[in-house]
Amino acid sequence: METTDTIDPQPPEQAEPAEQAKPATSPAAYLMVLLMGVYLGLLFSKSEVAHWQRIHDMFLFREAHMYLIIVTAIVVAMFSMQVIKRFQIRSIEGKPIKYSPKPYHTGVVIGGMLFGAGWAITGACPGPIYAQIGGGQPMALFTLVGALLGMFSYAALKPKLPH
Amino acid sequence: MQWLMQPWPWWLSGILIGLTVPLLYLLAGKAFGISTSLQEIGALCSPHSKLDYFAKFDRKANLWTIVFAIGIAIGAFVATHFLSADPKPFLPASMESVSGAIKLLVGGFLIGFGTRYAGGCTSGHSITGISNLNWPSLLATVCFFAGGLAVTWGLGGWLF
Repeated sequence: METTDTIDPQPPEQAEPAEQAKPATSPAAYLMVLLMGVYLGLLFSKSEVAHWQRIHDMFLFREAHMYLIIVTAIVVAMFSMQVIKRFQIRSIEGKPIKYSPKPYHTGVVIGGMLFGAGWAITGACPGPIYAQIGGGQPMALFTLVGALLGMFSYAALKPKLPH
Repeated sequence: MQWLMQPWPWWLSGILIGLTVPLLYLLAGKAFGISTSLQEIGALCSPHSKLDYFAKFDRKANLWTIVFAIGIAIGAFVATHFLSADPKPFLPASMESVSGAIKLLVGGFLIGFGTRYAGGCTSGHSITGISNLNWPSLLATVCFFAGGLAVTWGLGGWLF
């Protein structure tokens, strides 16, 4: 069964032109990634988007906190991307900044709804799982183990699932 | 500076979280997304797997996702221990039980399976995708909320 999976909605990475090929991540870039992770972990904690109660109150429409944060983040990111595109700003290592669109397939709908259910139950999306663990919530290790089991199950079932 | 030790307001949080998208592109040349780190962990744990999901995955090019995840954990550690006057627990006390562990395990499974099937989560789809005007990401976000609302309102009385 493992050899029959020939239909892949995403073009292989190798199809990209040579200058767009994924460059190796430099040590400086790894350091920046780590610092951005710390920045975001701090924010997940201080904004309380990694708190179960905030997620629960969002789905119950009890408070606007989460909705306001998500909408503000999207607006700020959208404006920033327009500026980057308009002025063709490059990364500090001189690489062009280009978004690779995520394609539509059936999984966007089915997987999306399953993830939403998991988000409501655990009070965490993938980023906050790491934040909860780092922030001293050992029970979140169960969420992480569950997420890894879910990921492995998807890896095994992928050839049989509609895409 | 007393406010720093309290939960931060939505507008400050929203602006700073939104800035992650351009900052990560500018400083590291990476697209903001977190759930790929799960696939990277899977691929690293099964180097000889015949499954395409791991065999065709570029472990080296995606190694940064794990560094990013470790950074998130460190940031949250700093926030809890040095930047909170009165740190609130992330999970309700009722989760610290056998039934809580089962709920987290099952919910976690849905997160891992769902985000990988959907090709992204709240960061990759909802923030990075929508801000780049990618319509499947908007659809994914609507589905995230459909699933979350269905569970909260449909099974809420039984689950929580």
